[in-house]
Amino acid sequence: MSVDTSKVADTNAGTAATPKKPGKAGVVANWADERLGLGTLMKKNLRKVFPDHWSFMLGEIALWSFVVLLLSGVFLTLWYTPSMGEVEYQGSYNPLRGVEMSEAMASTLRLSFDVRGGLLMRQMHHWAAMLFIASMMIHLLRVYFTGAFRKPRELNWVIGSLLLLLGTLEGFTGYSLPDDLLSGTGIRAADGFMKSMPVVGTYMSFFLFGGEFPGEAIIPRLYTVHVLLIPGILLALIAAHMLLLVYHKHTQWPGPGRTEENVVGFPMLPVYAAKAGGFFFIVFGVSALMGGLLSINPVWKFGPYDPTKVTAGSQPDWYMGWPDGLLRIMPGWESHFWGVTLSWNVFIPIIVMPGLMFTILLMLPFIESWVTGDKRDHHLLQRPRNAPTRTAVMVALMTFYGLAWIAGGNDIIAIKLHLSINQITYFIRAAIFVGPVIAFLITRRWCISLQRHDEQKLLHGYETGIIMRSAEGGYSERHLPVNEAEAYTLTAREREEVWTPGDRTDANGVPAKRGRLDGLRGKLSTLMYADNVQPVTKEELEAAHHHADHEHELQASLEGQPADGHQFNGHHAVDGEDLRGDH
Amino acid sequence: MRLLNRTAGRISRHRRGRLAGVVMLMVGLVLTGGLYTVFAPAQADSSESDAALVAEGRELFLVSCSFCHGKNGEGVLTEGGTQYGPSLAGVGAASADFQLGTGRMPLTRPGQQVAVKPVVFDDDEIEALSAYVASLGPGPAVPDEKDYSLEGLSAAEREEAVTRGSQIFLTNCTACHNFSGNGGAMPRGGAAPNILGTTPEHIYEAMLTGPGNMDTFSNGNLSPEEKRDVIAYVSQLREQPEYGGFGLGGLGPVSEGMFAWLVGIGGLVGFAVWIAAHTTRSTKQPSKGADA
Repeated sequence: MSVDTSKVADTNAGTAATPKKPGKAGVVANWADERLGLGTLMKKNLRKVFPDHWSFMLGEIALWSFVVLLLSGVFLTLWYTPSMGEVEYQGSYNPLRGVEMSEAMASTLRLSFDVRGGLLMRQMHHWAAMLFIASMMIHLLRVYFTGAFRKPRELNWVIGSLLLLLGTLEGFTGYSLPDDLLSGTGIRAADGFMKSMPVVGTYMSFFLFGGEFPGEAIIPRLYTVHVLLIPGILLALIAAHMLLLVYHKHTQWPGPGRTEENVVGFPMLPVYAAKAGGFFFIVFGVSALMGGLLSINPVWKFGPYDPTKVTAGSQPDWYMGWPDGLLRIMPGWESHFWGVTLSWNVFIPIIVMPGLMFTILLMLPFIESWVTGDKRDHHLLQRPRNAPTRTAVMVALMTFYGLAWIAGGNDIIAIKLHLSINQITYFIRAAIFVGPVIAFLITRRWCISLQRHDEQKLLHGYETGIIMRSAEGGYSERHLPVNEAEAYTLTAREREEVWTPGDRTDANGVPAKRGRLDGLRGKLSTLMYADNVQPVTKEELEAAHHHADHEHELQASLEGQPADGHQFNGHHAVDGEDLRGDH
Repeated sequence: MRLLNRTAGRISRHRRGRLAGVVMLMVGLVLTGGLYTVFAPAQADSSESDAALVAEGRELFLVSCSFCHGKNGEGVLTEGGTQYGPSLAGVGAASADFQLGTGRMPLTRPGQQVAVKPVVFDDDEIEALSAYVASLGPGPAVPDEKDYSLEGLSAAEREEAVTRGSQIFLTNCTACHNFSGNGGAMPRGGAAPNILGTTPEHIYEAMLTGPGNMDTFSNGNLSPEEKRDVIAYVSQLREQPEYGGFGLGGLGPVSEGMFAWLVGIGGLVGFAVWIAAHTTRSTKQPSKGADA
């Protein structure tokens, strides 16, 4: 066994190799690394790869708007006084000077009119809160529609759902703090919602308000919840959400070179750090622009809260709009037992329904994996059309949400569109039941049609838009095969199998082990998969190509002629070839 | 004091005279009449021109209003027994001036909501019609400008008036007209209108007469000064700048939510698409690669 020794040093004469003098940055980095030991961790993670797609950046909007919320929120705490102590307003807003109000309201007015930049910060904070929750929702929709919630990411879905719930509560506690007429009306409504709960309602209300509404405790309590409790939990959950993202690695769209085992994309440094960092400034900028240009919650017009007053257009912020809408369309059902009134008209729409909807949201990944029986890891995303039933379920839920949302703005819609508020209400009472069903059916069939379209494209080629006239005078459109990368992408999905429950008895007539819900599960699995178009097999594709080749032979005389259909698909160079020929 | 007693005593001597009762009656009547002439509202002065105005108003009324309100303003009933056009006896000149001056009357069709249209009559005709309606029965008169103007008040008093007006407005008006006076919905297609463009005179008349679904705020309910203060606050709402920027229609959280989604999320998703589309080049551009 011979060893090539030509590369081995044969002398130690001359000058010894010395390392170059490190640069300044290197010195600092080394100093830090020797003490913190982050080098190894960072070496790995700074080059972490993220796939590139616009829809993967929606969660980032939520993250960055949360940062904007933290920054602007800290500013607001410096001037805001969380107290219901009664003072006479003596600030610079004339129409309220001399009016008795709580210190909370007076300090909000001071922030708006007397603190430099205060109104901008208030409005930025409020707009960023609206964007925070809205971006969580569109992020949730992206994750659901692409199947990114499947194993191993179910727990991250649960964390995300909790973030949405907590963000909503955080928003409610936040817009209640100014103690203006609108927020006071909101707290009064919340008090009523709590009291609608049988047995415990009144106790909970007295516990929260420290006695009968409004008392003097609610604002300081909401303040603690708003600046300490919920933000703390939000921060912890956001950290957990992102750590899990790093641990699971990001999902990606299928395509050539992308598998369940790899992630194709750009590294954190320098590409993603720049993109994400830049996106922070964009989110900050959009919040600042909205805060500077668009008025939000003009508390000075509402005036201080006073239980004898109310204003038209008293709505919660948009994310609480859908339960408010359910409340608006609910018939006034009440029952009386032994001198106790049970307000179903409040309890069902505002306590039961949000709880039910949130539970459904939380359970979606688990319901699906139970129905499909799919317990494998998934890192490749699915197009919404390739999971027709799942897509249809979410569209049905969105339709429900949207209709409830419309109901929540029924008075504004009535005056702006010159409609009757009663008729809007009647319409939505029916539509809230019928609409989601129609939406489900249409979406499901729509997705299946799109699947068929994909199959057509694979087997018969894409439509070139070139109309050929045969010798007989007949017209036909030329189809050309899709290129290989696209064919790969279209076929890169799994075949689905309908889960069927086993026989009731085994071969020996002994009752087989069977789950109680197996029948239901089988039916749901049929609904989920049975009508879907399965991906084209290799054999089908080859047969189709063979057929296409035959057709090409028939049309061979056209090959090389202008308008042979290859002008657009790169089959051969078309430089200097005029589509219309040389006339 | 002694002089007064002596005078009283001198008059008192005649108190049992035969003509004393008649004289006292005459004195009482003259005093009442005289005081009335001094303190009574202005229109009582010119009864002759009033009569001419009422006659002119009646002519207009017969042409334009009597179809629904009856030839003598007594109202018209439908076959079902409901009011087609209500009786105008006692609604007062203020009501007529409001309905005609804001373009609500003449009505194009009955319904839940009286539509506001371009004003049909000119000022003189409205005055004549109002005078005619006023002649049908006692009712609130058209307010004078001094009733709703802040003329003659010091700056501090004006400020106080606006503050007082803001609290009255928030207590009595916002429930329907919304916190910024932009209006709100009423049952079955009705609407409380936007009042920011309404003249002070018409706001005063509306409070006084309660058109449509609106409550009547009589002078016992809201004193004339309080009405003036409400008007001062509405003018303040109209004139003060939008401190927070574009007001989004002043409709509250619904329009704010719409802007958050359309402008905010719409814009940010647009930026996300833009960022994802501008990425590092992973391959050399073919034309440059071929040359190299």
